[in-house]
Amino acid sequence: MIQVTGLSKKYASYVAVDNISFSVEKGDIVGFLGPNGAGKTTTMRVITGFMPPTAGKVTVGGFDVFDQPMEVKKRIGYLPESPPLYPEMSVRDYLTFVARLKGIPNIEIPDRVTQVMKKCSVADVSDKLIQKLSKGYRQRVGLAQAIVHNPDVLILDEPTSGLDPKQIIETRDLIKGLSGEHTIILSTHILPEVEAICRKVVIISKGKVVKTDSVENLKNRAVFTIELSTAGDADAVAVRRKLEQVASVSKVLDHAASAGRFAFDIEGLTGSDVRPDVARAVVQAGWNLLEMKSSTTLEEVFLELTNTDAGVSETAANNGGAQ
Amino acid sequence: MRNVWTICRRELYAYFVSPIAWVLLAIFSILSGWFVWAESSYFVQNTMASQMRGQPVPMSINEMIIAPIFGYIAVVGLMLVPFISMRLFAEEKRQGTMELLATSPVYDLELVLGKWLAAVLMYGALLAVLILDVSWLFIYGSPDWKPAVAGFIGLLLQGAGLLAFGALISTLTKNQIVAGVTGFGLSLFLWILQWATSFGDSLTVRVASYISTLSHMESFSRGVIDTKDLIYYLSMIFLGLFLTTRSLESIRWRA
Repeated sequence: MIQVTGLSKKYASYVAVDNISFSVEKGDIVGFLGPNGAGKTTTMRVITGFMPPTAGKVTVGGFDVFDQPMEVKKRIGYLPESPPLYPEMSVRDYLTFVARLKGIPNIEIPDRVTQVMKKCSVADVSDKLIQKLSKGYRQRVGLAQAIVHNPDVLILDEPTSGLDPKQIIETRDLIKGLSGEHTIILSTHILPEVEAICRKVVIISKGKVVKTDSVENLKNRAVFTIELSTAGDADAVAVRRKLEQVASVSKVLDHAASAGRFAFDIEGLTGSDVRPDVARAVVQAGWNLLEMKSSTTLEEVFLELTNTDAGVSETAANNGGAQ
Repeated sequence: MRNVWTICRRELYAYFVSPIAWVLLAIFSILSGWFVWAESSYFVQNTMASQMRGQPVPMSINEMIIAPIFGYIAVVGLMLVPFISMRLFAEEKRQGTMELLATSPVYDLELVLGKWLAAVLMYGALLAVLILDVSWLFIYGSPDWKPAVAGFIGLLLQGAGLLAFGALISTLTKNQIVAGVTGFGLSLFLWILQWATSFGDSLTVRVASYISTLSHMESFSRGVIDTKDLIYYLSMIFLGLFLTTRSLESIRWRA
């Protein structure tokens, strides 16, 4: 549905997005993940046709964003980081205006607006002025604006920023509910959000894609901690060597050691769960496996990927990975 | 066309729910009322004076009241126009609604035309007040209506041309005040240019007087629709709108 090929965007001498490529299938929800300033917003703005790329090609539903912007714009709903609202308009008037702007036939507009207000739970404030609304309502009006013309593709730039926890959960449920009919790209730097909503993740850092994978695979790749004790005189180095020999383990780090007890951080290869292998190895060596704590949050994966040098990390992941 | 009207309607709505339209209407009503009253009083005084001298001079409401009023209102319009056009694009950029407009299936030209049309209609609302004021002269006197119509057309054209350039200025900044002040500066400059016409007939003076929007108003005020002046205003409108559209496109490249 969305195909980004070799996209670059330069602002004067500053490179915001550097030769990134990825694709999104129809009906997918893709999380666009990266620290602040990584180039998420820029990429999204290029996809929506708000700004042209410096180099590269973006197609949405088979239409080139640069050559056929009108066709693309008809098919895209976009919620920028701060929702594009007119404070002096009422919610209904505003959505009616947007619907007209998106080219919906006049006769269908009232029904469409009512429907979309219900969907985004803003129907109870339909006649209030937008400037009187709370942040949570504004965000949902922004979302309503993005889906009022029932677009094939939804581009949401940090849709839950600034909401309270209850609103965050509601908004996530709403986005999840939209996934059936729409292809969604959603940017965020909140990791639980990606875990909660997305099926696929594109991690971007310093303008480069460092990883494209499913949420499942990324979690499995995560580091976990084991704690074990040995009966006799084994030292930490020997134990570590032994663990490193387990087939799918890629990295072992000393964590803490006290008389006869050892702790290690173990990292497996991409896409494989190494825990059973490690457990077997420990038992076969005659040690006692005391604890195996999986820290399978995306946080660690994310920090690791975005802290290291982007280019190297991508190559390393490709070489080691079962993608 | 539908998009132009959609944009224009929202823009008009924005003018009239904000204080700006009402403040402009109030200021304009006071000034326009004052001019009509002052010119009429002057006319009445002169009429009486000439009768007392026993030698009635032919006096024309058109020449002695309506034409000078159009001259003053042309300057007032020049000064008020920047406050109509300043918000057009600057406000969209500040509010972040530019992203909505730029990602909707609307051509830049449609956007520019819609906004400009709304501004012209807003300016037209000011002129409507003047029509009310001047219509008193038609109730109590019998001036010729054709020169009056020509004058209104002139005022409208001058406003439309300046608004096109006001829109251009508004695309260059995020700040309404900056857009307003810059536009006001441009208006002042155009006003001052007209003074140059009294400095003889050198090339500079002729160029200055050609550029000045006010010197092209003069024939309209007198009731003459001169093709030369008509072309001047129309080309001003086209150039202003063209540059606004280009500037809007360039925002995307620069953004």
